[in-house]
Amino acid sequence: MLAIRRLTPLLWLSPAIALIGVVVLWPVVVMVQSSFQQIGGEGFVAGYNGTTNYTNLFHEPDFVSVLLRTLIWVVAVVGVTMLISLGLAQLFHQRFPGRRVTRWALIIPWAASVMMTALIFKWALDPNVGVINVILNHIGVVKHLGSNQADWLGNPTSALIWMMAVAVFVSLPFTTYALLSGLQGIPGDVYEAASIDGATSWRSYLGVTLPLLRPAILVATLINVINVFNSFPIIWEMTGGGPGYETSTSTIYMIDLKEGDVGQAAAMSVFNFLLVIVIVLVYLSTTRWKEQVDR
Amino acid sequence: MITTTKPAPRLRATATSAPRARRPLRSWVIAVAAYVIAVIFVLPYLEMLIMALRPNSELGLATIFPKHWTFSNFTTLWSTGLGGSIGTSLEIAAGATIIVLIVSLPAAYCTARRRFRGRTAFLLLVLATQMFQPAAMLVGIQREFTDFGLPPTLSLIVVNAGFNLAFAVWILNAFFSSIPAELEEAAMVDGLGRLGALTRITLPLAAPGIVTALIFTFIAAWNEFLVALTLSLGQPPSQQPLTVAINNYIGEYSVDWGHLFAAGLVATVPVIILFAFIERRVVSGLTAGAVK
Repeated sequence: MLAIRRLTPLLWLSPAIALIGVVVLWPVVVMVQSSFQQIGGEGFVAGYNGTTNYTNLFHEPDFVSVLLRTLIWVVAVVGVTMLISLGLAQLFHQRFPGRRVTRWALIIPWAASVMMTALIFKWALDPNVGVINVILNHIGVVKHLGSNQADWLGNPTSALIWMMAVAVFVSLPFTTYALLSGLQGIPGDVYEAASIDGATSWRSYLGVTLPLLRPAILVATLINVINVFNSFPIIWEMTGGGPGYETSTSTIYMIDLKEGDVGQAAAMSVFNFLLVIVIVLVYLSTTRWKEQVDR
Repeated sequence: MITTTKPAPRLRATATSAPRARRPLRSWVIAVAAYVIAVIFVLPYLEMLIMALRPNSELGLATIFPKHWTFSNFTTLWSTGLGGSIGTSLEIAAGATIIVLIVSLPAAYCTARRRFRGRTAFLLLVLATQMFQPAAMLVGIQREFTDFGLPPTLSLIVVNAGFNLAFAVWILNAFFSSIPAELEEAAMVDGLGRLGALTRITLPLAAPGIVTALIFTFIAAWNEFLVALTLSLGQPPSQQPLTVAINNYIGEYSVDWGHLFAAGLVATVPVIILFAFIERRVVSGLTAGAVK
């Protein structure tokens, strides 16, 4: 009887464990296995080939530049998102008429599929008829640059900057909401005490709000880092990672490899996977996660 | 939650009465700034509407607004096979949502009510699935599900259910934990029985959490693009989910922008409305795992 009682939790959890096993754990096993196999684009397995996929991958001429670009992509997108969201959260935390409606506007890029948002911006940046160029032309900005059109997505640098802007845009709603819920958890009397002590609003923001907001900031940053690292639709729709691999991040690069060499794409996935784990662990230890978040 | 809101009225009264004098101006400045930002967030989707209402003959005109407005992109949308894609997307999203609920309800209830060995390990496993995204393991997913030989729609139901399980488990766990076990015990003493206590007391009280999990999973599966693109490759457009089928309007040499954005509106407007219902509770589901 006691043994049965001890096993009942397993009964309640087993559907969830089975689902996680099939959808999340087993693909990891298949992926690691594939990374040591020679597999053609059609999925035909020609057999094990040791670490050949990895050595080939590390010798790809674009490998290092893709990794560096991924690093810049993640740091810039997450950094700018956090900064803007801190401001937005502070703003939308205030009481003002119509706050509910404005908060609804804020969630639209979160609810809409990222792919559609990317396609709107791709269209809006069209060199000839895209609305952003049309507006810039009206103001006279593009004309000043010596031409009446600007092919933003044709140039790798400007394309990356625009795609980062779109990535920030779709990350803002979640981040702002996460920080808003952090702000709501700060009791009002803390501010009263600060103002009695003579703190100005900026000082009380730095001295009171930010430290108390730290757990929310840490969690939002972590989730953003993982999302932005794995981000796919924006680059895929707007430039496809090109010209060449000049606007590819490691996720896009892996998907492109998959078309020709599944084994090497698997090696790239394993590498990405380990990279994310290392980034997360470094992040958790430098921010002293447990003390901060558990409190 | 309940305990922290109790002393609030007293605090709020002192906070609002003191600085009343300079309130109006400051609150108007804040309101205007917030309205401007709200408009910026809506603009891209407004542009989507403007493009969908622009006649094809004016696609080459460099104007912000079209000279004439037309509704024909929406009426001719259905002859491009979009109805089938909507059906496929509905099947995938609804299927994934049902699986997630069936699987997460017992798991969340059990971890909220009982302390047993392996409980923490299970919750960590769930947290890990939230951290690992489909994009990171696409090769594995593709090879595994191609080997299974299931129809793509069924594979997508299972994959979407798996990757949205974490959110549902965390938010339901939080809701079940906040319902006192004494309430269930009292109902059982009154003769409801364990099942009766669950269905008449606990589940209705957890309803907001269940609705949130339901809508969130539905939207996530509806919007999912990468796995859908990988697994439904080569299928006829009507059997591809919306996110993939919309890309068929992008041809090698020209893009059917009018139909693309009309279809995009059909795909996004319903989920934006759904999302507004769960807006405030989503964050707690996404961050609860990392905080606990």
